[in-house]
Amino acid sequence: MSDRLAYDKATAELPGTTTDSSIEVRPLYTSDDLAGGPAALDERLGLPGQPPFTRGPYPSMYRGQLWTMRQFAGYGSSEETNERFKFLLRQGQTALSVAFDLPTQLGYDSDHELARPEVGRVGVAIDSAEDVDELFGGLPLDQVSVNFTINATAPIILAMYLVAAERQHVPYERLSGTLQNDILKEFLARKLFVYPPAPSMRLAADVVEFAAAHLPRFNPISITGYHAREAGCDAIQELGLTMADAIAYGRELVRRGLDFDAFAPRLSFHFATTLDLFEEVAKLRAARRLWYSIATEQFGAKDPASGRLRFFSGNSGATLTAQQPYNNIVRSTIQCLGAVLGGAQSVHVMGYDEAYELPSEEAVTLSLRTQQIIAFESGVTRTADPLAGSYYVEWLTDEVERRAREVVDAVEQSGGAVAALEAGIPQRWIAASAYRIERELGSGARPKVGVNLYEDEGAREELRLFHLDPRIGERQIRRLRERRAGRDGGRVIAALRGLAGDVEEGRNVMPALVEASRSGATLGEMSDVLRRAFGEFKEPNPW
Amino acid sequence: MREGLRIVLAKPGLDGHDRGIKVIAMALRDAGADVAYLGLRCTPAEIAAAAVERDADVVGISVLSGAHVVLAEQLLAAMEAAGSRAPIVVGGTVPEGDAQLLKAMGVADVLPVGTALDEVVSRIVRIASEPAALR
Repeated sequence: MSDRLAYDKATAELPGTTTDSSIEVRPLYTSDDLAGGPAALDERLGLPGQPPFTRGPYPSMYRGQLWTMRQFAGYGSSEETNERFKFLLRQGQTALSVAFDLPTQLGYDSDHELARPEVGRVGVAIDSAEDVDELFGGLPLDQVSVNFTINATAPIILAMYLVAAERQHVPYERLSGTLQNDILKEFLARKLFVYPPAPSMRLAADVVEFAAAHLPRFNPISITGYHAREAGCDAIQELGLTMADAIAYGRELVRRGLDFDAFAPRLSFHFATTLDLFEEVAKLRAARRLWYSIATEQFGAKDPASGRLRFFSGNSGATLTAQQPYNNIVRSTIQCLGAVLGGAQSVHVMGYDEAYELPSEEAVTLSLRTQQIIAFESGVTRTADPLAGSYYVEWLTDEVERRAREVVDAVEQSGGAVAALEAGIPQRWIAASAYRIERELGSGARPKVGVNLYEDEGAREELRLFHLDPRIGERQIRRLRERRAGRDGGRVIAALRGLAGDVEEGRNVMPALVEASRSGATLGEMSDVLRRAFGEFKEPNPW
Repeated sequence: MREGLRIVLAKPGLDGHDRGIKVIAMALRDAGADVAYLGLRCTPAEIAAAAVERDADVVGISVLSGAHVVLAEQLLAAMEAAGSRAPIVVGGTVPEGDAQLLKAMGVADVLPVGTALDEVVSRIVRIASEPAALR
């Protein structure tokens, strides 16, 4: 017989503690903490692959198929990135993930005045469909799944990718992968927006609508909490803000007359996984249950696949430190484990040197090896949702879900995600949370090895960092100019006029963007048409 | 610290990582400074104009794309053209070698990622508090 009173007495003097998201945690959880008892818990969980999907989107989980190991890569021109893609595939990576440089993400050609210092720096530079052809040279697009981290210019990049597929003679319906295309989180946290929220929403929805008709194997949006988390919010806000954005997209598409079940099964999600292992697993499990309830109760989904949340997990760069950088390998391992215990469909592991630079080849390889060791040596893949039934994890899953719903409600009370973002409200929540975290690091209330604990004065390891060849930018600009000179000017002008007309008439912009890409129109030229029509957005003051 | 230090903070270039600069802006405000945060994607000319208009004691920029050297160079030129003598502080992913280069170019201080918040605040305040005649 256990004596609970004696236990409580023995632990009564323990100091209080909270999770990373400030949820108070008791020293012990028991079956008494399962709301409604074991039968009610079974209801809340379901089985893997069955509503409400708390235990995972698929019945077999990793016994059926491992998660996709997807390291984000891209730098310089399409040639350098194509080489790194081939390197990663040789190392056993199972899909590609493209990082774009800032000018490409913001709709500037490489020779634009604002673009020049940044060409090829944080990702690959893309100016035209020809660059995308080269990016995937020797990589058959019907066989390799591709993730594109692109948002404000996502419709243009998708159009260029479709043209690259046409040139490889691959039909659209064979293409698989994911376009990030989540513009709302750009306003929220990632900040690579161009146009104001409302027209940006229209472009994102054009992509989803086009994909629902033509790209059955492709995820046209990845609704993302990752960047809000990286910008400083906690796990609860991350989940709540992601769901609020998902609701806004769902509403916009339904308003256009689409059936929710026609597009919802292709919606995908993207979360961060940070270091508070159990809270992260709880968040990912709660995310599936919360989305199922939103899909069925708010949108009346009839197809269970509409409420089946699938996600990509990115390890958190914000948890990595410039001090004692090799410690980051250990941090990334814990985060990758959290993503897997949380049931991720694909995972990215950060390079240990990313507090300094883009990851070196050595760091990228080690990140991939981290995933492979967890997949093949740790044994955590043997059974679906292995932490289910843990008194603590189940209690925490309920708690995170409940609090995340409050965040969703707060956004809804501000008029929904678009209105709240226009007013700068969630942006302020994130900045306030980031400031709190930084002060806790300063005071030592938030322990961080190498930063406020076990510091190593002066001993900075010499890292072999990645270095970008400065001639790459010049070469990209030279090629862009040659290509502009070599195209049929009349066709380009006609295609851009067609685009402007479709924008004005409120038609879906995708067909016109595909035609413009075929004609050799550049990313900057197409973006300028949209900029003229929509204007540009400036974020409200942070205080 | 003395009251009313005027600080202009901005992100030049194209990167959107504004977590750090917003945290620093809030900490400087809490330390009593008059802080203007100009936001993302400011041109060097816009930053210099704000420095003149606000009679800034210091201008801080944050760059996390790796383009810090070119952007600092452009800002120094724009400040000179606008007639501002306010010192410039650069934060972000700046490797040690580049930090020395930036200082040789005329940047007053470099605060790379990993610098503790209290230290960032005290170094910016110290630079802002130097009498203009010594600049």
